[in-house]
Amino acid sequence: MLADKPRLIDEEGRRLDGRGPADLRPVHIEVDVLANADGSAYVEQGNTKVLAAVYGPKEVHPRHLSLPDRAILRCRYHMAPFSVEQRKSPAPSRREIELSKVIREALEPALFLEYYPRTAIDVFVEVLQADGGTRCASITAASLALADAGIPMRDLVAAVAAGKVDGILVLDLTDVEDKHGEADVPLAMMPGLDRVTLFQMDGVLTPDELKECVKLAIDGCKRIYALQKEALRERFVRIRKEIEAGEVEG
Amino acid sequence: MTIFFERRELIVPGDLLAEGDYEPGENVYKEGDKLYATRVGLLELKDGKISVIALRSFYVPKPGDIVIGDVVDVGVSSWAVDIRAPRLAVLRATDVIGRPFRPDKMELTKILSVGDTVIAKVKAYDRTRSPVLTMGEPGLGKVRQGRVVRITPSKVPRLIGKKGSMISMLKRETGCKIVIGVNGVVLVRCKSPEDEELLVEAIEKIERESHVEGLTDRVAKMIRRRKGLASG
Repeated sequence: MLADKPRLIDEEGRRLDGRGPADLRPVHIEVDVLANADGSAYVEQGNTKVLAAVYGPKEVHPRHLSLPDRAILRCRYHMAPFSVEQRKSPAPSRREIELSKVIREALEPALFLEYYPRTAIDVFVEVLQADGGTRCASITAASLALADAGIPMRDLVAAVAAGKVDGILVLDLTDVEDKHGEADVPLAMMPGLDRVTLFQMDGVLTPDELKECVKLAIDGCKRIYALQKEALRERFVRIRKEIEAGEVEG
Repeated sequence: MTIFFERRELIVPGDLLAEGDYEPGENVYKEGDKLYATRVGLLELKDGKISVIALRSFYVPKPGDIVIGDVVDVGVSSWAVDIRAPRLAVLRATDVIGRPFRPDKMELTKILSVGDTVIAKVKAYDRTRSPVLTMGEPGLGKVRQGRVVRITPSKVPRLIGKKGSMISMLKRETGCKIVIGVNGVVLVRCKSPEDEELLVEAIEKIERESHVEGLTDRVAKMIRRRKGLASG
């Protein structure tokens, strides 16, 4: 695989998709996209597309899983068979089970689970198209779906990965950059409270490079956070504008 | 002591609302001397207390609430009722018939069975156990006719209006009977299907536009316009 490694950064320091090292891919967010879920959100980050749906708090089935002092949070991260180039079996893989756990643990600190004992909150994340950074996009989408479901939260959770590609530290890696790059550092945080909820690393970095990656990722999270808040407000602002426009007419 | 937003401004979770000696109200939590929002909603200020009126929420039972729910299961001496809360509610047979229940003398499904809609009152709830309902009061009981509309529970106060202004306007303008469950289930009973359709549309408009001022007037105008068109 390393033999046909493409050149990931050109002489001018541009990446394959024309971005600079510290640029995010174009992010598009929509909230409340599903009628049947209590809350939902859709996030596009470049070619990565994920859909999140939330149900609850609701009765726990099977009952013995419920906790007497708090709600349980259940997450399912799943990749659609058509999300990657070679059809992926729809059965949950080892990787998906692990990511489900990782996403759950990234979201848990943001929720007041102790408010709703003996209940369950279910989060479903469906990756529709994968091009790197799906765990981060999933966290970004899931936290919006939770807010949309009216579940009380300490803060929204935003996530993005930083990493090292062709010897250069970059933000928001694509699938090619992740596969052929030297390192990948996904990070999720509650930017309003300055608390990190997910921090992983895959690859090799010097301690200084790692610190630099964390800085890059935190900066990226803050930019995504602003977009998240805008997306949550957008629907209500739109209705207000429609009414104001209607009043001018009538 | 600073407040970073204005009254009725749109708030999302994680927004830093204020810093200083304020009391956190509904949907607000305090860390140190900083107050943050926990839900999407509108900011409300009242004598040093800061709260967020939620635009998206779910129903949490409170003793004394009148709720409308669906019977989803029949047990040995009680029913399970879905009142759109985090837990199914229990409706005991004794609280329905008003005297001790004798399983050998009476069949529960003769009184209520799965699929029935009931108007009931929350008798007890402490969030560690299932809410308990009762129907032993006037105005409560099985729903025999009407249409059910569901709205976000946090918008129920808006549907009622200040001192009932919205609900009395709706009743006056459409001539329908309306029962509002605090859990966001609304039962409407109208004389004609046209009135019913109009009222349902009005309720949906209230839910959609509750965060924009001048709602009661807008809804009244809409009903009058539609009625004028219908009769003219």
